[in-house]
Amino acid sequence: MKPVHYYRCLRGIVWREGLRFVNQRGRFIAALVRPLVWLVIFAAGFRFVLGVSIIPPYQTYIPYEEYIAPGLIGMIQLFQAMQSTLSMVWDREMGSMRTLLVSPLPRWFLLVSKMVATVAVAVLQSYVFLGIAWFWGIQPPPIGYLTVLPALILSGMMLSALGLFISSAIRQLENFAGVMNFVIFPMFFASSALYPLWTVREANEKLYYVCMVNPFTHAVELVRFALYEQFNGEACAVVAAALVVFMALAILGYDPGRGLIVRRGGGPE
Amino acid sequence: MAANASDLQASPLVVAGLSHSFGRRQALRDVSFELHRGDRAMLLGLNGAGKTTLFSLITRLYNHRGGSIRIFGWEIRQKPSEALSRLGVVFQLPTLDPDLSVAQNLFYHAALHGLPRREAAARIGREIERVGLSDRMHEKARTLSGGQRRRVEIARALIHQPKMLLLDEPTVGLDIASRQFLLDHVRMLCREEGLAALWATHLIDEVDPAARVIVLHHGRILAEGPVPEVIRGANATSIREAFDKLTGERGE
Repeated sequence: MKPVHYYRCLRGIVWREGLRFVNQRGRFIAALVRPLVWLVIFAAGFRFVLGVSIIPPYQTYIPYEEYIAPGLIGMIQLFQAMQSTLSMVWDREMGSMRTLLVSPLPRWFLLVSKMVATVAVAVLQSYVFLGIAWFWGIQPPPIGYLTVLPALILSGMMLSALGLFISSAIRQLENFAGVMNFVIFPMFFASSALYPLWTVREANEKLYYVCMVNPFTHAVELVRFALYEQFNGEACAVVAAALVVFMALAILGYDPGRGLIVRRGGGPE
Repeated sequence: MAANASDLQASPLVVAGLSHSFGRRQALRDVSFELHRGDRAMLLGLNGAGKTTLFSLITRLYNHRGGSIRIFGWEIRQKPSEALSRLGVVFQLPTLDPDLSVAQNLFYHAALHGLPRREAAARIGREIERVGLSDRMHEKARTLSGGQRRRVEIARALIHQPKMLLLDEPTVGLDIASRQFLLDHVRMLCREEGLAALWATHLIDEVDPAARVIVLHHGRILAEGPVPEVIRGANATSIREAFDKLTGERGE
């Protein structure tokens, strides 16, 4: 296998992910509407409940909508990551994972390609959301739209690596509701996506520490700072470390010699 | 993949001394057989005989522990890329993406094998025509019947021009006409193009006298060879009787 084979394979996997996203109309519309519902309805309702003081990276008092916008980008990425990687688990009925794994290219490369594909779709969604949010008054500095890109890529890779690892570790998920309950909701709510962590700390010290070890918090903060042209070194380090750990676990999980897939066996005969 | 010297000399598939277990459950015990060019072998066994485990090992979903599997001389554990690039697979469960068109499904597969788009287009056109579905190329896989989806999956398995084809119970849930089409198509591929095929089934009437048969029972091979020989060897008059005798003898 030469580099050109790798390139064609990666391109094919990304292309398919894009097609799937667009072709599953329900999923497409839901993915676009979901963050907007939060922005337009939830944020409006909580606007006067939660006072947001001046915290970095903001330099002035900001409306609540503006505070949760990066959190909603995080939500877009989280949903996209879980949907595309964990669908491989219930797609085992459809065998999409089997089709992927008989490719002659190395397995780690197939998994990384799957992550890249997931992130590509998530990044597009994030920009569409940012575009619509601009009309809703969420107007970060123009350069912020550029500086946020690496943050979106890094946090997206981390979340899809997590999704891949979970997909290798769990036997089966009945449906997406299980993922919502046990992965998406806990990660989303125990984070800085909807409320600054100092408010969490005042309310409940323990919950604060849960939020602090939640990599999703750091993904959101990385995106938040990057959107305002600032670099959050701590968040970046945590997200990068989490990416390395989750990716190693995912590659190990799918390893034909040692992985969890071995113990699980070939499914029912 | 370009054929090299080893592809012309080596057997399409050599399984030697293969054993595998999940925890305490021994799924395969000392399984050995060999397929030559143009061989069509029916892997006959009841549910739970170990067919799916054998296929998972040959496709390297996970590694075998004991014994070896060689595809055109390439050991699947040591040279997975060389081995897998020479293997076409039709899985037991449907594996087409229902939200993509037939063409999109096939191009995806071609990409997974690193084929350039133009070459892929030519091969896809040829394979899909051979299974008589050229006019459905741009419809979503969802709109196809079960039999048509299987035909697309066979076409897909051949896009990268493998000379060894694995089919894991490909006719489950199909009507008689679709089943016959698949049997005839694979027979033609073996006879006219020299493909070797390993076709797993629990349906005894899919085994015809011109094929080889491998009888797998509780993870062991009980008999293997051309159908008439296996029947003779079991002192039976039909493959069904031979199968009953072979598997019954052991009181299992």
